[in-house]
Amino acid sequence: MSRIQACFEQLKTNKKKALIPYVAAGDPNPDITLDLMHAMVDAGADIIELGVPFSDPMADGPVIQKASERALVYGTSLTDVLAIVKQFRQTNSTTPVVLMGYLNPIEIMGYKVFAQAAQQSGVDGVLTVDIPPEEASDYIPILTSHELDPIFLLSPTTTKERMKIICQYASGFIYYVSVKGVTGTSALNTEEVAQRLKIIQEVTDLPIGVGFGIKNAETAAAVGRVADAVVVGSALVNLVEKNAHTSNNEASNQKIIKEISQVLVSMRSAMDA
Amino acid sequence: MTIEQQADKKLSDMPDEQGHFGQYGGMFVPETLMEPLRELKEAYIHYFQDKEFLAELDNDLANYVGRPSPLYFAERWSRELGGAKIYLKREDLNHTGAHKVNNTVGQMLLAKRMGKTRIIAETGAGQHGVATATVAARLGLECVVYMGAEDIQRQALNVYRMKLLGARVVSVESGSRTLKDALNEAMRDWVTHIDNTFYIIGTVAGPHPYPAMVRDFQAIIGREAREQSVQHEGRLPDALVACIGGGSNAMGLFYPFVDDQDVSMYGVEAAGHGLETGEHAAPLCAGKPGVLHGNRTYLMEDRHGQIIPTHSVSAGLDYPGVGPEHAWLKDIGRANYVAITDEEALSGFHDLTRIEGIIPALESSHAMAYVTKLAPTMDKDQFIVANLSGRGDKDIHTVATIDGIEF
Repeated sequence: MSRIQACFEQLKTNKKKALIPYVAAGDPNPDITLDLMHAMVDAGADIIELGVPFSDPMADGPVIQKASERALVYGTSLTDVLAIVKQFRQTNSTTPVVLMGYLNPIEIMGYKVFAQAAQQSGVDGVLTVDIPPEEASDYIPILTSHELDPIFLLSPTTTKERMKIICQYASGFIYYVSVKGVTGTSALNTEEVAQRLKIIQEVTDLPIGVGFGIKNAETAAAVGRVADAVVVGSALVNLVEKNAHTSNNEASNQKIIKEISQVLVSMRSAMDA
Repeated sequence: MTIEQQADKKLSDMPDEQGHFGQYGGMFVPETLMEPLRELKEAYIHYFQDKEFLAELDNDLANYVGRPSPLYFAERWSRELGGAKIYLKREDLNHTGAHKVNNTVGQMLLAKRMGKTRIIAETGAGQHGVATATVAARLGLECVVYMGAEDIQRQALNVYRMKLLGARVVSVESGSRTLKDALNEAMRDWVTHIDNTFYIIGTVAGPHPYPAMVRDFQAIIGREAREQSVQHEGRLPDALVACIGGGSNAMGLFYPFVDDQDVSMYGVEAAGHGLETGEHAAPLCAGKPGVLHGNRTYLMEDRHGQIIPTHSVSAGLDYPGVGPEHAWLKDIGRANYVAITDEEALSGFHDLTRIEGIIPALESSHAMAYVTKLAPTMDKDQFIVANLSGRGDKDIHTVATIDGIEF
């Protein structure tokens, strides 16, 4: 059983929903990421979504764009991200890690080389924003043969027919993008999301996570009532941006870790209430 | 795949249904865009067979754009170079001063039929932005043009033209603040406003169906050039030359000749300060394949797959990718891709201005500079058709500054 599947089964037994924080690896500097990952687990994260920085993050709003830019100042590469996960795995063997990013860094590394390295580093799932199943006939089998769950997005524009096709290829969980837009856009409409989730549940038994537009404990709890997992990204990355001061990395890193942990703790308790 | 292996299939049959040119092209976009792209593809396929649509397009091209554009025999320049005869396809004489309007007129007609009320576009030098703002003004549609903050400074005149035409020009401050970032930002806008918005991409790049659709709107250049070649010389040309940023004017000229194996094709990229310096915009000559802006193609990228900054004296060629059909034509050996430095392009600019009384755009000057290399290697009974894709009025300031002149 994959780590992601085990995680969702455990949550189901405990009648809980998954809290999935997103941070970009290397943001605002490479020193923070490992500590931040552990701190997020301590604060109640069930799965960690780790952003792989890319120069042209077409699907991201300004908050996560800037996260990529900050990480790339230090040249944080896919190789570096995999090394961070490997370090994380030295002391944490249960919390699933999903990489989220764009295809080009993976293309350049080579699908096979990447999949091998990701598996060896302890990565569990890969969400590649800009590769739909139509383009992934080479890519998906390589991921799955290395025990990596291909995570796919469904959006408000996805027809039921497409949902069926996408869900055939997906494993781990399905990520429903709650709004038409980029990351960090306007607040989502919980009722609308609930209706869409019903349709998605008709085509797949996979757990469904909802992301884009989850801003605070209240929206996290509301989404947690209808979805299996709550993904929170820009709301956390905002805290990185607010506290990123290159003059004193250590002090600002501590502050970032503290503030992100506080938000996750509040989301966790609201979701569990 | 070689040309011989493809013998049963014509090169012009590409792309396949999912927009692939061999391993290039395709639809590499976030899920939210897959459905709008499907709708666009359907509309494009439908209306390209619709007589009424095509008649309206022809009428606009004739009476609004001013087509056909002449095929001009550059007699003095040919004599001076002492080789093949040189013909110039005068896209610079189109309304708005470049080939870009062929495509915006076409896409706008599609937008209208699809019931879209809001138009967005990206622009580098501003030519595509102006051509988009122009057709949006004509239909009274809201128009938003994304332009890198760097380019806004470099191309103040075109920014003002767009504003006069009623467009809102949004300065893009992310990434390298140039054309590629403007394209990212336009994509983000489109994802957010897909219900009412039509995205007019200005080149033969982006996700399917854009590379094929923009090519088909620009192919009027090559169709006319074919007929005009026969009128002037009684046969097809020996060689075609066109500059390449994203590659729309080149694809427009090349496409109607792609099955005519005797017609050589030369796509001219921007070598900037020289390919060896790394400061250029020549992905076909010095890049490698990757995925950006919705398609797989040759890119300027580092060893980690991050897109790297480009340089060219001409803002319109300053792009790290290139249309996927060019990537494919390169790999199968059907077209040749070469590069011209800033310095060579500037001398092409001055040559054409001085010898033929035609001031070319700096983009087109790259093609002109390559003609000065190619023509002398050919026989006097051969002839070249070079695409003069735009006029140089917008570049006068840049050239003057380089020449040390202040106004």
